[in-house]
Amino acid sequence: MTRSGLLNKPTGVKILVALKRVADPDNANKVKIPAEGSKIDTTGLEWKPNPFDDYALETALRLTEDGKSQKVRKGEVVVASFGPKEVETTLRSALATGADRAIRVECTDEQLDGLVVAKALAKLVEAEKPDVVILGKQAVDGDSNQVGQILAELLDWPQAAFAATVKEEAGSLLVAREVDGGVLEVRVKFPAVLTVDLRVVAPTSVYSASTDKTFRYNEGVRFAPLPAIMQARKKPLDTKNLADLTGEKPRIRYVKYEAPPARKAGSKVADVDALLDKLKNEAKVL
Amino acid sequence: MANVLVVAEFAEGKVKRTTHSAVTFARTAAAALGGTYSILVLGSNASSAGDELAKLGAAKVLVAEDAKLENYLAEHYAPTVAAVAKDFAVVVAAASAFGKDLLPRVAGKLDAGYAADITEVIPSGSTLQYKRPMYAGNAFGICVIESPTQVVTVRQSAFAAAEATGASAPIEKVAVVAAGQGASRVEWVKFDQVKNERPELTEASVVIAGGRALKEQFYDLLNPLADAFGAAIGASRAACDNGYCAPDLQVGQTGKVVAPGLYFAIGISGAIQHLAGMKSSKVIVSINKDGDAPIFQITDYGLVGDLFKAVPELTEKVRAIKAG
Repeated sequence: MTRSGLLNKPTGVKILVALKRVADPDNANKVKIPAEGSKIDTTGLEWKPNPFDDYALETALRLTEDGKSQKVRKGEVVVASFGPKEVETTLRSALATGADRAIRVECTDEQLDGLVVAKALAKLVEAEKPDVVILGKQAVDGDSNQVGQILAELLDWPQAAFAATVKEEAGSLLVAREVDGGVLEVRVKFPAVLTVDLRVVAPTSVYSASTDKTFRYNEGVRFAPLPAIMQARKKPLDTKNLADLTGEKPRIRYVKYEAPPARKAGSKVADVDALLDKLKNEAKVL
Repeated sequence: MANVLVVAEFAEGKVKRTTHSAVTFARTAAAALGGTYSILVLGSNASSAGDELAKLGAAKVLVAEDAKLENYLAEHYAPTVAAVAKDFAVVVAAASAFGKDLLPRVAGKLDAGYAADITEVIPSGSTLQYKRPMYAGNAFGICVIESPTQVVTVRQSAFAAAEATGASAPIEKVAVVAAGQGASRVEWVKFDQVKNERPELTEASVVIAGGRALKEQFYDLLNPLADAFGAAIGASRAACDNGYCAPDLQVGQTGKVVAPGLYFAIGISGAIQHLAGMKSSKVIVSINKDGDAPIFQITDYGLVGDLFKAVPELTEKVRAIKAG
């Protein structure tokens, strides 16, 4: 699957980014669980792109441009998402932000788990032949943190998970990963799978081969300018059926959901002495 | 063959305490399945961990030793873990950076279901159900895994570290399985270790956590208080993003999850993502100048005020109490 012709080419990488929409993560404490525990009810919460996937897209855009002229896309960024027609909103928004093409895989959530998604993505990779697949390190609804690593295994590709910084070299990426106890640096040659962590969108976290190393990005992800939102309607968005990519069924089955134990607000204390008194005599932790 | 395999975390010549939490899970799971548990350790000098692991009550300690395993890389570890795992019903590691990187890859190789970051194992007839947090800890899902091998990671703060037992398990070498083609395209470059002489964040009984409000005085203010308690230091995302402290101090949904006896949230407003990482703490103290900050909704004792005055005063008085 190696695209040997590209190995020595410093720019113009092709990147596949997987995107998921999630119930508004900043209001995740408003999810409801019916007494019988049959589901997690997110009614009333707006759909938002999974934040880590937004970071994955931003990483892909930074890797396919010269930071100084961000309107010119070198290489190609293809975005893919799984779900009903409505997830096209997420894909259109990614197209407006700078992605070139989009693929929606028609399915329902019940048909998916991490392994099924990874298997379907592996099929898309086979067809698209990207140099790099970039994913958010985890979706903040299921909080599993798995698809990138599983996909890398299915493809027999190297993985750089939880990337905090990414520097493009000739045919490879130098990636700093935030791990327990420090920062681990690995180099992965194309093709490879990358999953990104929070700090990948800091101003000096990602450099393509053509971006000057003194260039500083704005903090965070970019937003689509209005004309781009109009133009994005003309960018290609293909639909595929999950069944055409994989016949696999989920291995994970949820039997029940529960609300977390409630935690009540305690009391305010007047000053440090009052705090120490409470810690010593009431909580008995001093 | 309903046995459980624990994948030990062994790095820089040491068995990480995360391993002991995975062993605690394994004891419950193996008992429920009527089987035993074994511990697999990998590395270029993995046999040096054998004796220590042998005291943890396992049926066997399996050692995979090879020069290629010197520095941990999922691409090199996963094939051996998967090969060994074929004889087990459940494979477990702690949901540390190591476990979260490696075990999904192992699950992919085994074509197995993977349940991440579980907080409880619930025996149900002859099977196991796994409880795991979702939506930043605002919901829990209870799931079963429907594949011949089940792969899980466990939340360290939810499984107390296993103590050594009197017995000593037999230690066996296992064959190291050659990595796939993809492994030739990954290179371990270097590890910048953050010096930390404090207790591990995930194991400390007291955690002093600071937020954006501390600015450049993050360590100047928190170090003395942490010293007074013998505590670990944690941080909010904002403090890490701004470079006021090391990134691996981040407590939250996607950082470290802690559940100490006493947690201080200092200058932390309490975003949902932060609460996900600390709201199982037994006693929560917050110091914040904004009395309406969301952190106070889950705080046992809240002090509204200037942390730059309160923290030094608190430090001095805690010191006096501890000395006295």
